[in-house]
Amino acid sequence: MQSESPIRLSAQQACVRFGRLDALGPIDLSVRAGECVVLLGPSGCGKSTLLAALAGLQAVASGKVQADATGGSAIPGVVFQEPNLMNWATAEDNVALPLALSGVEKDARLSRAQTALKRVGLANFSSAYPRTLSGGMRMRVALARALVNDPSSLLLDEPFAAIDELGRRALDDLVLEAKRDHHLAVLFVTHSVDEAVYLADRILVLSPRPGRIMAEIAVPNVPRDPAFLTSPAFADAAAAARRVLSAQLVAA
Amino acid sequence: MKSIDFAPILAGLLMLALWEGLTRFLQVPSVILPPPSAIGAALVERGPLLLPAAGVTMGLALTALAISIGLGTLVALIFARIPLLERSLGPYALVLQATPIVAIAPLVIIWTGIENPRRAILILAVIVAVFPVLTSALAGLKAVDPGLDRLFRLHKASSTQRFLRLELPTAAPFLLAGIKTAAGLSLVGVVVAEFVAGTGATGGLSWRLVEAGNRLETATMFAALFLLALMGLALHAVLSLIERQMRT
Repeated sequence: MQSESPIRLSAQQACVRFGRLDALGPIDLSVRAGECVVLLGPSGCGKSTLLAALAGLQAVASGKVQADATGGSAIPGVVFQEPNLMNWATAEDNVALPLALSGVEKDARLSRAQTALKRVGLANFSSAYPRTLSGGMRMRVALARALVNDPSSLLLDEPFAAIDELGRRALDDLVLEAKRDHHLAVLFVTHSVDEAVYLADRILVLSPRPGRIMAEIAVPNVPRDPAFLTSPAFADAAAAARRVLSAQLVAA
Repeated sequence: MKSIDFAPILAGLLMLALWEGLTRFLQVPSVILPPPSAIGAALVERGPLLLPAAGVTMGLALTALAISIGLGTLVALIFARIPLLERSLGPYALVLQATPIVAIAPLVIIWTGIENPRRAILILAVIVAVFPVLTSALAGLKAVDPGLDRLFRLHKASSTQRFLRLELPTAAPFLLAGIKTAAGLSLVGVVVAEFVAGTGATGGLSWRLVEAGNRLETATMFAALFLLALMGLALHAVLSLIERQMRT
């Protein structure tokens, strides 16, 4: 089904350089609507750089990157490693920020922010300030903010790394729910093989800098529930990803 | 509700009692060190003269503070937008800050004209008070969270949106800390400038202080000092209240 869906995120021979340093690529990548692609790879291989390039926050030295906005906001939803909330604003105002910046009038944006907060399970915390929220709740606010302007794609850069196992699983489920309900193209960066297998339709393993795609691992299309975590399909995909990462370590 | 801390009140009362007792017991001449009771009496007796003078000084200090806030914030904004300007002019601003105001005062009085003591006093007070506002506002504007900065870039925020929704709220606590310092300094600046201007034309409190000193009315001098301290405390209290409101 996904192979027939339109491509929402793409990179063609994309390279990023920082001065003389080759940071990334050349890289080819496409993520279709309703698909979650997870990037795995050693630190510094350019995973975050690729996400930044797709978000329009990092220029490519050559090649092309594109976030197609057909049917959604022109700007992809992005969740960074930190929640990056405005401490002086309520959860509701934080979530409504992208709408405020694009000129949506106050009543409409607050109503949409409320809906987004409800979606991430924080309906009763709209007037809470970030300092009164836990780390997991702050990340939920960041996720609601990324979803509030109905993007067609979602880019997540190791967003839940600092969150405990149970909280992380709950947040992963929210990402999967958003992908399914809104037919989002999701590109997710993580260091956790288990999280990668749980979320991904496909896992792309990047090489050390300059990051290139070394391997692609398909994860079976089965329901993501607790039973999946102990299934042979999960174990096989995780083992395949670990083999590629271990091979990189040996080569290094 | 926050309970009142009685410790400083008790300590103050104890010091006043000690002061009163010692000056009476040691029979210290009133012209050298009057007892607190004599200062209280002078405050009541000279109140009609001192209170309007305190009003003038407070008015000048508040005007200087307002100008310092506007000017300091504006210059900080320009410096934050044009780093080359900050690098070029920053050291000279420091030179002006490091030069004692008493040394600059005669020049300012000459430039504004001896017949314009109010203008000279305001300029001198602003020179003293503007720097804490400038440096704290600049630090605040530079303290923008890089993650939030990236988010604003992602959503293609205009420079006005960026200023109003990101830079100003980030800088606000820094700015308020600078304003708290500037409030005290604006009062100091006005008092020093009134002294140096050496004229009663403005009718400020320091002129009354000089006047009382010339007449050896030490109790009146203390009463004027008490009013000055009270004004400083009032300014600090109001700004602390605003700061607390901002935090909650």
